[in-house]
Amino acid sequence: MRQALEGSQAIAQTVALCRPQVIAAYPITPQTHIVENIAKLVADDKFECDFVSVESEFSAASVVLGAAAAGSRTYTASASQGILLMSEVLYNIAGLRIPVVMTCANRALSAPLSIWNDQQDSMAVRDAGWIQLYCADNQEAVDTTIQAYRIAERTELPVMVCMDGFTLTHTLEPIDIPEQAQVDEFLPPYTFSRALDSRNPITVGTLVSPDYYPEARHAHHQALLNAQDEIIRAHEDWSAISGRSCCGLLRTEGDADAKIGILTLGSVFGTLYEARAAHPELGPVRLIKLRAFRPFPVAAIQEACAGLTDLVVLERALSPGGGGIVGNEMRAALAELPDAPRVHSYAVGLGGRDVPLDIYARALAAVDAPTPERFAVLDAELEKLPAADR
Amino acid sequence: MIEVRIHGRGGQGNVVAAYLLATAAIDEGQFGQAFPAFGAERRGAPVVAFVRVADRALHRRDQVQHPAFLIIQDQALLHVPGVTDGLLPDGKILVNASVPAASLNGGLAANMITVPATAMAKEFLGRPVPNTALLAAFLALTELLPIEALLKALRERFKGDILERNTRLVYHAADQVTKGLWREVSHAASA
Amino acid sequence: MTDKTDSKDIDIARLREHQPRFQGITSGHRACLGCGEALAARLVTEAAGPDVAIANATGCLEIFTTPWPESSWRVPWMHSLFENTGAIAAGMEAAFKMQGKSTKVLAFAGDGGTFDIGFQALSGMIERGHNVLYVCFDNEAYMNTGIQRSSSTPHAAMTTTSPPGKARMGKRHLKKDIISIVAAHHIPYAATASVAYPSDIRKKVRRAMDIEGPTFLVIHSPCPLGWGHEADISIEVARLAVQTGLMPVIELERGEVTGVMPVREPRPVLDYLRPQGRFRHLFADNPKAREELEHIQALADHNIEVYNLRGEIADRMDSEGADTVRRGGMRWA
Repeated sequence: MRQALEGSQAIAQTVALCRPQVIAAYPITPQTHIVENIAKLVADDKFECDFVSVESEFSAASVVLGAAAAGSRTYTASASQGILLMSEVLYNIAGLRIPVVMTCANRALSAPLSIWNDQQDSMAVRDAGWIQLYCADNQEAVDTTIQAYRIAERTELPVMVCMDGFTLTHTLEPIDIPEQAQVDEFLPPYTFSRALDSRNPITVGTLVSPDYYPEARHAHHQALLNAQDEIIRAHEDWSAISGRSCCGLLRTEGDADAKIGILTLGSVFGTLYEARAAHPELGPVRLIKLRAFRPFPVAAIQEACAGLTDLVVLERALSPGGGGIVGNEMRAALAELPDAPRVHSYAVGLGGRDVPLDIYARALAAVDAPTPERFAVLDAELEKLPAADR
Repeated sequence: MIEVRIHGRGGQGNVVAAYLLATAAIDEGQFGQAFPAFGAERRGAPVVAFVRVADRALHRRDQVQHPAFLIIQDQALLHVPGVTDGLLPDGKILVNASVPAASLNGGLAANMITVPATAMAKEFLGRPVPNTALLAAFLALTELLPIEALLKALRERFKGDILERNTRLVYHAADQVTKGLWREVSHAASA
Repeated sequence: MTDKTDSKDIDIARLREHQPRFQGITSGHRACLGCGEALAARLVTEAAGPDVAIANATGCLEIFTTPWPESSWRVPWMHSLFENTGAIAAGMEAAFKMQGKSTKVLAFAGDGGTFDIGFQALSGMIERGHNVLYVCFDNEAYMNTGIQRSSSTPHAAMTTTSPPGKARMGKRHLKKDIISIVAAHHIPYAATASVAYPSDIRKKVRRAMDIEGPTFLVIHSPCPLGWGHEADISIEVARLAVQTGLMPVIELERGEVTGVMPVREPRPVLDYLRPQGRFRHLFADNPKAREELEHIQALADHNIEVYNLRGEIADRMDSEGADTVRRGGMRWA
């Protein structure tokens, strides 16, 4: 039903529809409204689950790991420092191939301290072995959360649903919350093939010698690559039930014959979408929204970028000393194409810096540079810095 | 599309005001979007929230830079730098104040209306929370949405005696301003 | 037997439950000779029975029982990380509870995983009242990484990160009083035990298994390699720790001491320290060493006084009587 809901409220209601048995969380801005709403739903007996209010993000991730290994569907949510604190557990969950679903309410990292939105937190754990799906709006976050459970449970890989903190979590907008019957039809009860069970004891999390470790890592990598099919299928199947469609691995919008493309992740896509509609005079442009960052969908990216001469990557993160994280991966993915587009790599909207509509024109202007920018923070006002730091 | 910026202080229900306005629009079948420019500020510090109302889906996520309307929950905020920045040339300002607009700011007075929203809230709710009265006055002035839409949004948040008091406050506040006085502006902005 | 039984007809789960003496951890693991922790873990799982699931911290116990693809565990067992055992156990317990299962969750960790790096997760788990028996196998240092000091390492003991030298006499600080800290959470049951007294361990595990709520057991477990004693005297060394008063064997309910194992005629701490290489520097002929020996004796005396450990009369269950057998005038411990 179409309702006026804050993003966090919508996610809480959606999580309840997915019927997790164990939820563990530790409060951190801007994730708090999600878990507060869940706690209230539990307190009001709106859904049956054990809400474990833990003493740290480290324990939040550990509790859901223990519970999922014991055979229960679980949920947790965090952001920023919380993601970093639980990072050791995140790697462990993925390596043990335990299907856990979590929301990352994307927020900047300290120092300097910032409570505002960017995507440095989820990017920092991009190699943890989780599936990472980035959402452009709250409706997509709702639909992706439901799909995440199906993807996780079929692939035995954990899924991180990334939604921009404040920009989405604290925005009220019209959101369709599905019916319980629709979610039940899509998500069968959780059964885990390797659940801890005293009648059929198994050993989990053993020491693995050099004789087997590389094979385990290879299998994990391959499982992530194979998960692309499941991500596409989950989207298709849920679209058939819900009547809504966001995208599978990525979404392209705009002119098929455009020579210039702009690629982004998360809510910046919506701003670019409206900017493109408002500025036809800036010429044909193809917009690409990367939904799946892990697995990195190389084939889909190559197809989406076919025919482009220039691709501008706008991401809300950076690797200091390295440059654009997505930007560099795009270069690598496109390098093997015969007429690989030039990749212009930019960070925007770091630490909650507003990403205005005119970022579209600025991104397109960058294409005219004689040599593509290896990397820059597009909206940084360098005059604020002492000369030595520019 | 109409863009509104609401300025207030932490604890004045600034975000709730933005959410109520967008909820009223969504309940009327329109598209609405409301979000705060959250700070780490505590109670009493200046805060800002944004509202967009449109007859088509809203995708953009940028802050409102050029509002058609400003709703100021505390007259002292008029003196805070940046508060009136970006207001469209014909834009209007609704201020919570118990003195006439001219005595607040001569330059802006032509486009400004004051409503003693805190006093009204104290009278009807027993609490100095000006947001509901301001929203009622705003909807009466702009006729952007029917007053009933605001009442419906209030019903989703409040019940019992508090809802009853808020309902009376809404009708009272709406009666204190000239209905449709700013309708032209809201039509122009949404065109 | 007339015909071969088809293995598919055997209900393994039922057989396991009807074993007269259930072992959760089987022989063939890779623990060192004389490992106190391996014995203690076996005793705990024997007493706990088959309807359990174990969350195990990183450490020797994890390493020597599970070199993939082998495992010594006959109960569901999971190792996640070093410092999250309390939280993993909490998650397992929450899941079993929601599934309507009676399976009791045990958490196993060493002193490093309990006193130090896993302390927060332990505190959180017991504060929230999860139905988990947390067992700490206390061998008083980071043995898995090569004998480094932990907050459980006793005062003046030598480890590779608290070496004695011209300016130092081993560890400068006191052993953390973990049992008091845990008991201060006012949990239903917290106890200490020693691997030298198996029947006491069994009794305490069974007691904890019957409690619906968080329970905690520290088992003093010698490590011949880390303590520097012969592998065949592990039990004797462990018993001396109790008999000197250095390792009080006590029980606390809701934070109050409700039981102690009396120490019959306390032995001098020298008897406990002398066989252990980690205290060798205390027997050098210098005033600092003598001072530290006096200090350690004072710590033992303090324990005896605080917990009122001194037994008035010979007791079958005191430090001399427990787990001993008398036959033909001989006393076997």
